[in-house]
Amino acid sequence: MVAVIDYNPMELMICLAARYLEDGSSVVVGTGAPCAAAMLSQKTHAPNLVIMFEAGGIGPLLPTMPISVGDSRTFHKGIMASSMLEIMDACQRGMVDYCFLGGAQIDKYGNINSTLIGDFHKPKVRFPGSGGANDLASLCWRTLVITPHDPRRFVEKVDFITSPGYLWGKGAREAVGLAPGTGPYKIITNLCVMGFDEETKRLRVETIHPGVSKEQIVAATGFELLWAPDLTVSEAPTELELEILRKEVDPHKYIIGRQAS
Amino acid sequence: MVNGLHTDETVGPLFMTPDVDRNREFFRRKPRALTDKRTTVQDAVSRLVSDGDYIGIGGFGTNRIPTAILHEIIRQGKKGLGLSGHTATHDFQILAAGGAIDRVDVAYVIGLEARGLSRAARRLFEEARIQVCEWTNAALAWRYRAAAMGIPFIPARIMFGSDTMRYSAAKTVTCPFTGQKLLALPALSPDLAVIHVHRCDKYGNAQIDGISVSDADLARASKKVIITTEEIVPEEVIRQDPARTIIPAFCVDAVVEVKYGSYPGNMPYAYFSDEEHLREWLSADSKPETLEPFLRKYIFGTKDFSEYLELCGGEAKMERLRRIEFLEEV
Repeated sequence: MVAVIDYNPMELMICLAARYLEDGSSVVVGTGAPCAAAMLSQKTHAPNLVIMFEAGGIGPLLPTMPISVGDSRTFHKGIMASSMLEIMDACQRGMVDYCFLGGAQIDKYGNINSTLIGDFHKPKVRFPGSGGANDLASLCWRTLVITPHDPRRFVEKVDFITSPGYLWGKGAREAVGLAPGTGPYKIITNLCVMGFDEETKRLRVETIHPGVSKEQIVAATGFELLWAPDLTVSEAPTELELEILRKEVDPHKYIIGRQAS
Repeated sequence: MVNGLHTDETVGPLFMTPDVDRNREFFRRKPRALTDKRTTVQDAVSRLVSDGDYIGIGGFGTNRIPTAILHEIIRQGKKGLGLSGHTATHDFQILAAGGAIDRVDVAYVIGLEARGLSRAARRLFEEARIQVCEWTNAALAWRYRAAAMGIPFIPARIMFGSDTMRYSAAKTVTCPFTGQKLLALPALSPDLAVIHVHRCDKYGNAQIDGISVSDADLARASKKVIITTEEIVPEEVIRQDPARTIIPAFCVDAVVEVKYGSYPGNMPYAYFSDEEHLREWLSADSKPETLEPFLRKYIFGTKDFSEYLELCGGEAKMERLRRIEFLEEV
């Protein structure tokens, strides 16, 4: 008899994201779930993960969750308190393996909108804009996304491409001048994990979270999804992951106490 | 932007022309001598900020920001300012609330990161009351770098294929050595930079503890620089450890001592951000009817930054924020 471990969707998303960050790799994170994932990674399988923040913090021993990507937690006992261009130069010369992004809209090629809804000159809703998102999406080797899964977010066409995914398909990134070998890698939602089909560079469901149906995913997506031939169930968080996440990474439940959708 | 219809054409307005020879003439006349530049917030703003100026703010939105100068800019009713929105969060919020800006180079504005979005700042865009050009954080930081280097543009490999590029004023160029396509980012020389630091001497030789963000380049790129500092220290302190000088005095036009000057923002190794007061700001600026009395209470109705600090809890509040910064309290 296997004990049933209880966890919420946010905890699952963080654990799944954490597993993608290999020991000895480098990652630029923001606040929130990505930061929690990087911290969890570092405290489990990846003690040598180099965590960076775009405002200049490198290799901190994060004492608590930062509230800004430039606050003093982001370089607490770090290996370097540097500058924004120290980080962006490292991304551009190919030294940053992973980054995490989010956004208001994402399309089937992984293009992300965090700028506006509606017309550019008089938007219906204005969001903050790229910040460092476009830089990271352009320059880091692999882009990870953690996002709620709903049809308003997963749309056929984004109102504005803030950060490039695979644009319009295979070869498009290279055609417009982006560095070869870069691009979105995995999209982790509260329903499933998606990767990208090699031929079309379209979003493809790879694992479905325990208890979630294909129909639910289809209903929550505003475009036609591809499905991996070897579709499996996402691996649930282990007891150890949950314990570290709850006791060490986010004891005040700033992130894991949030709704995932 | 679909298959085959892709274009590298950009349509954003270029607010600042990268005229490096004109800048050289300006910098040729800028004093190098070590002169006492200490002054007050009021004097620095009335003397060095003109309506219509384009400004860059140091720090990172809610971290090491020159709050006293930002308050004074709107208290003195400065208008028509341009802003470099290189992660401008609470700084943008203050200038937007005061109606001081009419054009912005956007990398990140409106949001206060994890804390939410400023409604007052959003209204500027949604009511089309501001001219906008899109960029990214790295783009604006590299634009400062180009200006600091005295070159008209710097090549980079960002923004391609995106609408961020389309609504920017960048251009594409070809590398003369490799034939690669690159993005040319025009040098950005603000008329004025305002930067808050941990310490400097009366001449403006300044040190920053922790991340410097883009302030080393911003100070060199800008024609005029106002430094606010937690503390003015004797010249010997600077000369004892000159490797720590991030901004040399010859870049600086005014030095103002403002203890707790980044409040309600974080000042690394000194005090954490005041999350309660930032929440009060976000809630007040959600409607014009609540923003107006809020601004009257905290900015227009106060004489200076020290009165504002008193209203927000004074030394007792700062002691609490110091304890949070040093992880002695949550």
